[in-house]
Amino acid sequence: MVATFEPKTDYKVVGTRPIRHDGYDKVTGRAVYGADMKLPGLIWAVCVRSPHAHAKIKSIDTSAAEASTGVFAVITGSDMPKAQSKLVDLGEGNINFKWASNKLMADDKVLYKGHPVAAVAAADRYAAEEAARKVVVEYEVLPSVTNVVDALAEDAPILLDDLVGDDLGKDVNNTNMAAHERHEFGDVEGAMKTAAHTIEREYNMQMVHQGYIEPHNATATWDEENRVKVWTSTQGAFTARTQIAGILQIPISSVKVTPLEIGGGFGGKIPVYFEPLAALLSKKSGRPVKMVMERTAVFETTGPTPGARMIIKLGADANGKLVAATADIWFEAGANPGAFIDPAAQCVYAPYEIPNTRIDGWDVLVNKPKVAPYRAPGSPQVAFAMETAVDELCEQAGWDSMQFRIDNASKEGTRRGDGVLFSKIGMQEVLEAATASDHWNSPVGEAPAGKKRGRGIANGYWFNIGLKSSANLSLNSDGTVQLTEGSTDIGGSRTSMAMHVAEVLGIGAHDVRPTVGDTESIGYTDVTGGSRTTYATGYACWIAANNLVEELKKRVAILWDIDENDVDFNDGVFSSKSEQKKTISFKDLAGKLEDLGGPANSTGSVDLESAGDGFGMHIADVEIDLKTGKTDIVRYTTIHDVGTAIHPSYVEGQMQGGAVQGIGWALNEEYFMTDEGSMANSSFLDYRMPTSLDLPKIETVIVEVPNPLHPYGVRGVGETPICPPIPAIANAIKDAVGVRLYKTPMNAGSIVDALK
Amino acid sequence: MTTSSPSKVHVTTTINGQEHELLVPPYMSLLDTLRELIGLTGTKEGCLDGNCGACTVSVNGRIVDSCLVLGPEVDGKTVDTVEGMATTDGLHPLQQAFLEEAALQCGICTPGFLVAAKGLLDNEPSPSEGRIRHWLAGNLCRCTGYDKIVRAVQKASS
Amino acid sequence: MHPFAYVAPSTVEEAVAVLDEHGDRARPLAGGTDLLVKARANVWELDAVVDVKNIPELMNLEVGKNGLSIGAGVPCYQVYENDQVADEYPGIIDGTSIIGGIQIQSRAGLGGNLCNAAPSGDGIPALIAHSAVARIAGPNGTREVAVEEFCTGPSRTVIEPGELLVSIEVPKPAANSGAAYTRFIPRNEMDIAVAGVGVYVVLDNSGNNFESARIALASVGPIPILANEAGDSLSGKPVNDETIAAAAKLARNAASPITDMRGTIEQRKHLIEVLTDRMIKQAVERAKG
Repeated sequence: MVATFEPKTDYKVVGTRPIRHDGYDKVTGRAVYGADMKLPGLIWAVCVRSPHAHAKIKSIDTSAAEASTGVFAVITGSDMPKAQSKLVDLGEGNINFKWASNKLMADDKVLYKGHPVAAVAAADRYAAEEAARKVVVEYEVLPSVTNVVDALAEDAPILLDDLVGDDLGKDVNNTNMAAHERHEFGDVEGAMKTAAHTIEREYNMQMVHQGYIEPHNATATWDEENRVKVWTSTQGAFTARTQIAGILQIPISSVKVTPLEIGGGFGGKIPVYFEPLAALLSKKSGRPVKMVMERTAVFETTGPTPGARMIIKLGADANGKLVAATADIWFEAGANPGAFIDPAAQCVYAPYEIPNTRIDGWDVLVNKPKVAPYRAPGSPQVAFAMETAVDELCEQAGWDSMQFRIDNASKEGTRRGDGVLFSKIGMQEVLEAATASDHWNSPVGEAPAGKKRGRGIANGYWFNIGLKSSANLSLNSDGTVQLTEGSTDIGGSRTSMAMHVAEVLGIGAHDVRPTVGDTESIGYTDVTGGSRTTYATGYACWIAANNLVEELKKRVAILWDIDENDVDFNDGVFSSKSEQKKTISFKDLAGKLEDLGGPANSTGSVDLESAGDGFGMHIADVEIDLKTGKTDIVRYTTIHDVGTAIHPSYVEGQMQGGAVQGIGWALNEEYFMTDEGSMANSSFLDYRMPTSLDLPKIETVIVEVPNPLHPYGVRGVGETPICPPIPAIANAIKDAVGVRLYKTPMNAGSIVDALK
Repeated sequence: MTTSSPSKVHVTTTINGQEHELLVPPYMSLLDTLRELIGLTGTKEGCLDGNCGACTVSVNGRIVDSCLVLGPEVDGKTVDTVEGMATTDGLHPLQQAFLEEAALQCGICTPGFLVAAKGLLDNEPSPSEGRIRHWLAGNLCRCTGYDKIVRAVQKASS
Repeated sequence: MHPFAYVAPSTVEEAVAVLDEHGDRARPLAGGTDLLVKARANVWELDAVVDVKNIPELMNLEVGKNGLSIGAGVPCYQVYENDQVADEYPGIIDGTSIIGGIQIQSRAGLGGNLCNAAPSGDGIPALIAHSAVARIAGPNGTREVAVEEFCTGPSRTVIEPGELLVSIEVPKPAANSGAAYTRFIPRNEMDIAVAGVGVYVVLDNSGNNFESARIALASVGPIPILANEAGDSLSGKPVNDETIAAAAKLARNAASPITDMRGTIEQRKHLIEVLTDRMIKQAVERAKG
């Protein structure tokens, strides 16, 4: 039986904006991020990387590198333990250790440009780099494929010889197609035939990168007891441990992961890259080994979200009600399977109630880096297709696209594209807030000569996830509380956790001191991802706080010599139910514990099967130079149902940050691939993420439809905000200059081409 | 003329008001000089090619990307990093504003933004929003969408 | 990065001696914003870098009666923060103030921009339009080369091993002249020109006719291009939309770009025409004061 909660409004701490606990260390430079780790005798290591996207390794000669000044150890694919082929769930995506191992260090074949073929550890980074240049690798270059169409062609070069593809349950050999899945409900063909208006369009998107500013890093020791200790920037210490142990083929209890401060992840720091390599180099050298990835390698070998080819068909009746939809979705997985076609299917139709739907998804290998989760993985892609198709359908039929979205909005009981029925959701409330917003009710304004303005809207959706979290509390004698929790903090979550505890205990947010634990100081906790942290780890904190209250009730019972069941607790004060005058505050009680049984500790943990769905709408105003095609965002508003905003500043921050990542994806960001299969723009200079000068202020409208599955109604807000921007901007471009773009990025060149 | 040799370079420099005498490998960046030789790890590495601004420090009062400066180049110069912004009297107004406005999420770009923004406000105490956005264009933030950073700098300006 | 030695001489002669000794395994270091990136990427393998910032001649910025002298090591900010330069050479300011961001402009300068010889160098077209000359010192004395002849290919220049760019000399602008530079980039800063256009025009006393013009293009060929035909087409012509549009078309024809991740051939040629039109008009406006 899943617990449900009634919404509340009379919070003392929830909904306030305290200064984050880790803030002082982060504005003074004291905070220790992964790359800041220092250990006595520390040495540095770097990777030797393949210049080819697809090649057989004929030989590797490491002798010159080993003889190079200051070198302690060199490893190649032959040093990697042979991991078994086994699928493990990481919260946002799965991992197969055999492929994960091979992704970190090539075995007999390189599968993408930058694929590591060796790693060199030396006295310092400069010496390691110099030695790495002396590793001699002989390659036999193979033809490569960098898009789904080429990868599925009959004569396509095959990436993984041992891959058995799953085509609707049938095994397929000698293929780049890892999976083909289908979700079908109702009579799609029949309904489509009855539709008064239909539209069918193809959309294509390039891979994009999360673009976190902190490069991947790891520091590791392999000690005499065969225990591996790792300090790293990760989105999940426990999932990092699972991966490291799996790749190194040692028990998880032999691995301790200490998560240091993390400089951005957006999903991309769930997979490990350097951790097992640093550990193996430590084993070989007998020293602690540190690795920090160069930016080019961050782009070429980590992260990207799938490039996509999608065909969407929509049918609506004469009254403007959607009756049928089909979606064919091909996603690029990179060099190993796992292209997020499941979440794409879950998200594609989510904002709409459509009685008859079909989704076909294909997970396709290409000679590019293995994709990693990136903020609502799969959802921005299908949102681009779905939300622009909706606009185009409305245009054809002469319908107002906002009204159409309202008329077709999903609600409690609506069936999602993968069959799940929605519980209490806030799509309709979001649309109400959007139509009531200042932005929607203000004119788009006049553009200067030579430019035109337009407005676009789009919905977005992410289901949010639950999973496992743990939290521990210890009461100090001064009435403050130490909180240890397992979620690494990427964006202020420590403070949200502390606020959960403070709300229960009736104390201030700063009376709780939160710490992110390592894998040996806190119970299992899943990744900071899937928009789960405030929901699930916050829930665990709430349980721990309530358990602390229960423990303290026992102490009060001793103090007053009354029955434990006679003790009540409200707003930070314990009282006797039978004798109303008897009260003691939480703080006063904390000072008396020495005589009442000693230290008071508590713990809380959750394993949540589902979460509260997150819906949003964005409104984008663009201004386009008609001659150069340059698009500027002149006004931008984000509207999201977040359930309950625990710390509204950081909720707004998620909405603004997600929106801007989506804006970058819409306008300029892409993996620009050469014919040889390498990324031509693997630097921040040419990857072109938005700067402060490319943006207006990002307006936020927080909608709160409490999630009954969380004690305070939290849904999660990390991911939905990246879903609407691409279609909102595509629709705004259409509104401004009358052309529709079906490919990302929708850059200046493509707008000028379309205007011709 | 300084000696030409592959050996280390003798550098005397004032960092956050404190004089340091160092032997710096001639090819070592100022970023690594600060982080590896002195232990000031508040200055962050993001790209090593001058396109993210995470490693921004001030040299003789001008902001620079410390990844694109050699350690030996700061001989005789003053260097100011994020670690030097707060005093015994408390945080710099920019640091305080960044906390109050929630202008950081992951915080990796924060030291660079703070040093860069200080470089602006030291010379232009009341910049417009446009000027702030222009000045900070050399600093990438991937978390915040810049909104709250710009608001914090506006709050800290007089 | 190959380990290199660091040398910081205080005279041109000493610098030339070190450069001469190491040939192409030594490079001058001014702002370092290109040099250190290339050294780190092993594009250049160096045994020595020669920091030129202790050499007074290379750090000299002077607005004189005969023109502007910009030492090869002078950083961008010193150029655009100089009121006299801003007043007399606004076209040079246009280019100088958009190289990188503020951090880069604290270090990078026009001398380095020129020696880096990127076709996209934002500092170069305005110098070419202004008929600027590069003063080069070497083991055999100094020589002068017109800026439009300085770059010989991407990352290649007329500088021989052992030589050093000392300064860039910009002649004093004629009466009734104006100059301007702009580029197209997808973002608003921190970007590489997809196409760039620098223009210098001289009008007659009436301000209604062009006396002469020079138009230089960035990012549309292996080197920055002086579009002679386009500039010459304006000589003696009235200042109006038609003559300007015709010159812009000729500039487009002078462009020979490639397609890469920054733009396509067609987009770049199109942009040259659009930007040339805009920059001629901007330069005319400035000429009219």
